[in-house]
Amino acid sequence: MAAKSTWIRPYGDTENDGKIQISFSLPVPASPLGEEAAKKIALQMGIHDPSVVHYEALSDHFSFYVLYGRAEHMVDLNQVNVVEMDHKVMSKEEVEAFIEAHFVEPLVFVGASTGTDAHTVGIDAIMNMKGYNGNYGLERYKGIKAYNLGGQVDNEVLLEKAIELNADVILISQTVTQKDVHIENLTSFIELLEAENKRKDFIVIIGGPRIHHGLAKELGYDAGFGPKKYAYDVASFAVQLLKEKGIKVRR
Amino acid sequence: MNNKLNLDQNIIASCRVYAKNIAEQVQQFIDLHTTVAVERTVLRLLGIDGVDEFGRPLVNAVIDHLVEKADISKGVSHYMTYAMNDHDETPQEIAKRVASGSCNLSIYQDLPVKTEMSELIPFFEKTLARVEAMKEIRSQWLKNTDKKTTPAKYVIVATGNIYEDIKQAISAAKKGADIIAVIRSTGQSLLDYVPYGATTEGFGGTYATQENFRLMREALDQVSLEENRYIKLVNYASGLCMPEIAAMGAIERLDMMLNDSLYGIIFRDINMKRTLIDQYFSRVISSYADMIINTGEDNYLTTSDAYDHAHTVLASQFINEQFAKKAGMKESLMGLGHAFEISPEIENSFLYELAQAEMAREIFPNAPLKYMPPTKHMTGDIFKGCVQDALFNIATVTSKQSIHLLGMMTEAIHTPFMSDRAIALNIASYIEKAFKNFGDEITFNPDGIIVKRAHFVLNQAHHLLEEIKDEGLFKALEKGRFAEISRHEDGGKGLAGVFVKHPDYQNPILDLLKKRLKEEHHGR
Repeated sequence: MAAKSTWIRPYGDTENDGKIQISFSLPVPASPLGEEAAKKIALQMGIHDPSVVHYEALSDHFSFYVLYGRAEHMVDLNQVNVVEMDHKVMSKEEVEAFIEAHFVEPLVFVGASTGTDAHTVGIDAIMNMKGYNGNYGLERYKGIKAYNLGGQVDNEVLLEKAIELNADVILISQTVTQKDVHIENLTSFIELLEAENKRKDFIVIIGGPRIHHGLAKELGYDAGFGPKKYAYDVASFAVQLLKEKGIKVRR
Repeated sequence: MNNKLNLDQNIIASCRVYAKNIAEQVQQFIDLHTTVAVERTVLRLLGIDGVDEFGRPLVNAVIDHLVEKADISKGVSHYMTYAMNDHDETPQEIAKRVASGSCNLSIYQDLPVKTEMSELIPFFEKTLARVEAMKEIRSQWLKNTDKKTTPAKYVIVATGNIYEDIKQAISAAKKGADIIAVIRSTGQSLLDYVPYGATTEGFGGTYATQENFRLMREALDQVSLEENRYIKLVNYASGLCMPEIAAMGAIERLDMMLNDSLYGIIFRDINMKRTLIDQYFSRVISSYADMIINTGEDNYLTTSDAYDHAHTVLASQFINEQFAKKAGMKESLMGLGHAFEISPEIENSFLYELAQAEMAREIFPNAPLKYMPPTKHMTGDIFKGCVQDALFNIATVTSKQSIHLLGMMTEAIHTPFMSDRAIALNIASYIEKAFKNFGDEITFNPDGIIVKRAHFVLNQAHHLLEEIKDEGLFKALEKGRFAEISRHEDGGKGLAGVFVKHPDYQNPILDLLKKRLKEEHHGR
């Protein structure tokens, strides 16, 4: 066999078979017409031999389809870029030791769930004493002073508070992402920071179930954390970047 | 009564005594206070609706005016009765005058108490007649269709656009849903007014407005006819406009209202005085309109661990039960909440869930318990999610819960697609059929895990209630007894809208509702 190709396709049970499943609804009654339309949509997506394995009515005007087929498209792994954080992840104790060794304490973290978003589960998991899933929140970290402003905090209020509390790090949580409301809100915070000439004063980090690091960088943030990330992930990143930037570093 | 868990009836009775004591302490406080939301509700029950030229609801215009220019602690009824007499106009016309600045209510501030309020009563009676008519329609439906013996399947719609919501709701009903809840737009709970008219822009949900209520009820009435089943409609009487939304729901024939006595305090940081006063009036309205309330204990388990804090859910159910009783509510309207939120990583998690569900069922045998699906431990793995929901469905049917809020495999990903809901309904219907009488067939090992767990949780709840009884509910909330979130008596939103009642305070509609509820209880 030749050297392993960097070109790949979805895998069902045989190399390069391209097998995938998709499911979706169509705004037509469940009918042979709908079934054909579903296959045609799959073909246009580059899915060969689409087979509708199940369909049913959702109402008199909508229907649901489950399809299998073979994806025609391939990707070259050499052409795939991943925006990854190049900071090492430390435990709570390591973060605390790192702070003690390098900084004028305490480091101030201010966080909120902003805009219309009332969901505080995310920001609470990162900031509050008890944390989440057995991982303590930032409030419990030695050398960190954490202020959780809660939900539905306006961008203006968040910035005002961050200035007033002499924050080093700003954390923003966004849970509701319907119609991309979070993008708009996150963009406007960065614009606000820049308009006030404050972008350089803070490390700004976002988090939420639909947030990832690449998105954060694209929007002008320092980092983004998605699901299954805990306080120590956020703190590890923040303290290392603060050190790099020389913010509050002990001379 | 079913007592498969061999629960100690003396401990249950003692829990109720403590909870009653807790509610009574708070009720004394409630009875001495009113809020801007309570007074706006009085105006809505007088038939005032609509907005002024700036889009501000007329009821807000009138109450804002009183707060600013007069003494609202006498109650808005005092001012309205004088103004209507003076101008010989309807409440709606007076409200428009106040909004446009052509009527100053402060001139009536120091006039003596009118004990009769004869100007107002016909308008209140007109609204109550409408509510009565709505109750009659509902009760005819329920009388003429088969009564379900399995849990009612409850799904949410949340597109942000009421017209899309209607399409989704119709699909859900056709797929077997019994109850449709329209989730509100994120943040509505913190608005100190109720938006107006049909709305098509909301995030994570759709604004609760009276017109949206009407549109959805109309659509569900149509689908009820087609399906020959009555499809119930739910919205949220919570947040800063609790009693107003209850009133709107009563007028538009909503069948259920999310309505927790503590939820807003804990999870939306609404001031505890404000919430407790508002929840009382909203529950009186729900009691009168035969709207089932849904309490929100399930939410505690989104921040607290479901295994370690199961007793806080039970303790809160006891407290919610007593607050509901204070509002003249029948047990058949008390949809006490709980949830299936124990981590799937825990060995025997299903047994602990079943213990909790069965325990709630045995302790509150007449309450239409609302059982919430897994959310906290849903991961985005939709295939595993289907199985987590299936286990939840089995616990629901086996322990004979009443209101079965279906889990969505796409929980933690997006607000449900139409197909997500259909899949959830298909799976739930299958389990409902397959496990129909399973609960009647099984007994529990008297020394086994399930029985022991139920006894343990009941005992813990009993201790907690005793402590709360001694320290008072306000202090308990400050200590973060529920959901491990601490709130202060004078913190949170909406405190500025709380007023100590003047010795001459009047609220004739609250008095009338209380009187009628009392008569109804004696009549039974």
